[in-house]
Amino acid sequence: MASSKFLKFDTMSLHAGQRPDPATRARATPIYQTASYVFRDVDHAASIFNIERTGHVYSRLSNPTNAVFEERIAALEGGVGAIATASGQAALHLAITTILDAGSHIVSSQSIYGGSHNLMSYTLPRFGIETTFVHPRDLDGIRSAVRPNTRLIFGEVIGNPGCELMDIEKVADIAHSHQVPLLIDSTFNTPYLCKPFDHGADLVFHSATKFLSGHGVVIGGVLVDGGKFDWIESGKFPTLSEPYKGFHNLVFAEEFGPAAYITRARKEGARDFGACMSPTTAFLVLQGLETLSLRMDRHVANTRILIDFLQSHAAVEWVNYPELPEHPDYELCTKLLPKGAGAVFSFGIKGGREAGHRLIDNLKLFSHLANIGDAKSLVIHPASTTHHRMDARALAAAGISEGLVRLSVGLEDPDDLTADMNRALRASQKGR
Amino acid sequence: MKITLTHHNAYAFTGGQEVDLTKPSVMFVHGASLDHTVWTLPARHFARHGRNVLAVDLPGHGLSEGSYLPEISQYADWLVEVLDALDISKTALVGHSMGSLVTLECAARHPDRIRALAMVGTSVPMPVTEQLLNAACNDPYSAMELLTAWGHSTDAHFGGNETPGMWMIGGLLRLFERGRPGALFNDLNACNNYKNGLTAASNVKCPALLILGEHDQLTPARFAKQLAVQIENSRTVLLNRTGHTIMSEKPDALLDALIQIV
Repeated sequence: MASSKFLKFDTMSLHAGQRPDPATRARATPIYQTASYVFRDVDHAASIFNIERTGHVYSRLSNPTNAVFEERIAALEGGVGAIATASGQAALHLAITTILDAGSHIVSSQSIYGGSHNLMSYTLPRFGIETTFVHPRDLDGIRSAVRPNTRLIFGEVIGNPGCELMDIEKVADIAHSHQVPLLIDSTFNTPYLCKPFDHGADLVFHSATKFLSGHGVVIGGVLVDGGKFDWIESGKFPTLSEPYKGFHNLVFAEEFGPAAYITRARKEGARDFGACMSPTTAFLVLQGLETLSLRMDRHVANTRILIDFLQSHAAVEWVNYPELPEHPDYELCTKLLPKGAGAVFSFGIKGGREAGHRLIDNLKLFSHLANIGDAKSLVIHPASTTHHRMDARALAAAGISEGLVRLSVGLEDPDDLTADMNRALRASQKGR
Repeated sequence: MKITLTHHNAYAFTGGQEVDLTKPSVMFVHGASLDHTVWTLPARHFARHGRNVLAVDLPGHGLSEGSYLPEISQYADWLVEVLDALDISKTALVGHSMGSLVTLECAARHPDRIRALAMVGTSVPMPVTEQLLNAACNDPYSAMELLTAWGHSTDAHFGGNETPGMWMIGGLLRLFERGRPGALFNDLNACNNYKNGLTAASNVKCPALLILGEHDQLTPARFAKQLAVQIENSRTVLLNRTGHTIMSEKPDALLDALIQIV
């Protein structure tokens, strides 16, 4: 939907989902910090509950501030609707539980965020949902991992922390040939760098904690429905194509068509699991979204400068970034991420684990913490932090070596970033 | 619900309630290449408020079988075929865009079967530009984009959907994408070729309500004035700052208007 007939990305980043507040004429999106909403009369209340009229009932289900954020991200992604959640993990959980039941199976990329790996490896099996992990480049492996009870294929555009790219178009073809949807974690790239729906994905979620907000002061997530998957034709998703006793036998796919999935996610998942976003969080994420393209361009520019610097540094063994010609996904990157491959990448330091520790301890500008996508530059050692629950085999499968250092490059002056890195790299090599 | 007709099965959404012939009926008719899901909210409302609701998918659309029909009059007669199949003697009709022409023609051809008429986002005639017809024929996705862009008011392009979290532009585009090959071109042609509107209007015997969008670019409100004059017993509701996609842009105002007549 990049047509000239519609508002452009930067305009929508600022405006989509919001008109000046009808009550106060406030230009900014107000924070509607309220739990509930007064009905006009009994029939008005019943009409909203029964999906006859629009409106808000209770802020666990929907909230006017959250709705602006939801609509804005749906517009930026090119979807039909979205739901804001308490965190990115809550968005992933909502994405899965809206269509999967006990006995279902997921085929997942193995190069994913450690928390997502935990959910699918250890937690979901307790509820009867199993996952097979496959390398995102192994298309035959993905294809052969699909079972009769597979109901979802999942991956990240840019793998974590190895920067493996998923060929969304080809994996979507595999998913659709088995009548199941493709869910994409789009956190690293944001819709500014890549819109997975344009490449065939069906569902997208973000940790809004990261680049969408960009300031590192909130925890939040969002699930977006592309609206293209035909749940009735698939025949594999009774939660959407058969009567739902939890809502007077409503058949979501019949009543809501392209919006069936996101409507069920709200009417059931938001209602019953309750992992909603605070309206103050939604307000803060919206402040970040307003400058998304400006920030992402600067993130990418700074990343490229830092990569040039690291590649020529004697203490660096390797640098892993999809824009580098030696990266296995270089060609795919030019197609999938033409504006840039994001601001999170990894490199290997000479001297392994000990040198890596010394590097991190000597960085002053880069903050050592478990997050990405902040305006400030961040650094972490995944093997001992974000991915510490993975055993050696799983770590190796995910492409994480002991000396791997992950950076999330921020918006500081690039000269200061390279100077800080240069100082810490020199310190890391002392005593070798 | 599935409805067995002579040549194929049809589908109608009943608003979440069983069909009950003791209740007054209301039939909703969607626009070009769309389906019953555009009516979900009002259909659910009237079903809970003592109406027998049938939000139909026209033949060759949505969940109805068969092929789309080339003329508005054929769609109009098809509505009566559905009524006959369900043994419904009389109904109110609500139609949007092309569906409004279908309901107008139906009310004129079968006045004894129609108790009320609501035409939403309508004009008579309903000409379709050469650009749009060519696009629908040769580059259907471009036509879907044009209809989606022109179908929304300037306000709606910014969003602010009354249904929380939903992006109207994306929703309508996806709905068009679900249309069957050729349906959009067929339906736009049917609108463009329909010349009987004012004659039909003069033959309408039931009360009629025209619900128009102030900023409708596809069926501008001024083009419905003659229609309102020709229908003996008609009223007009003009929704301010609203485009052609009234069901998603102003769902509550639309419902309030429909309650006056349905």
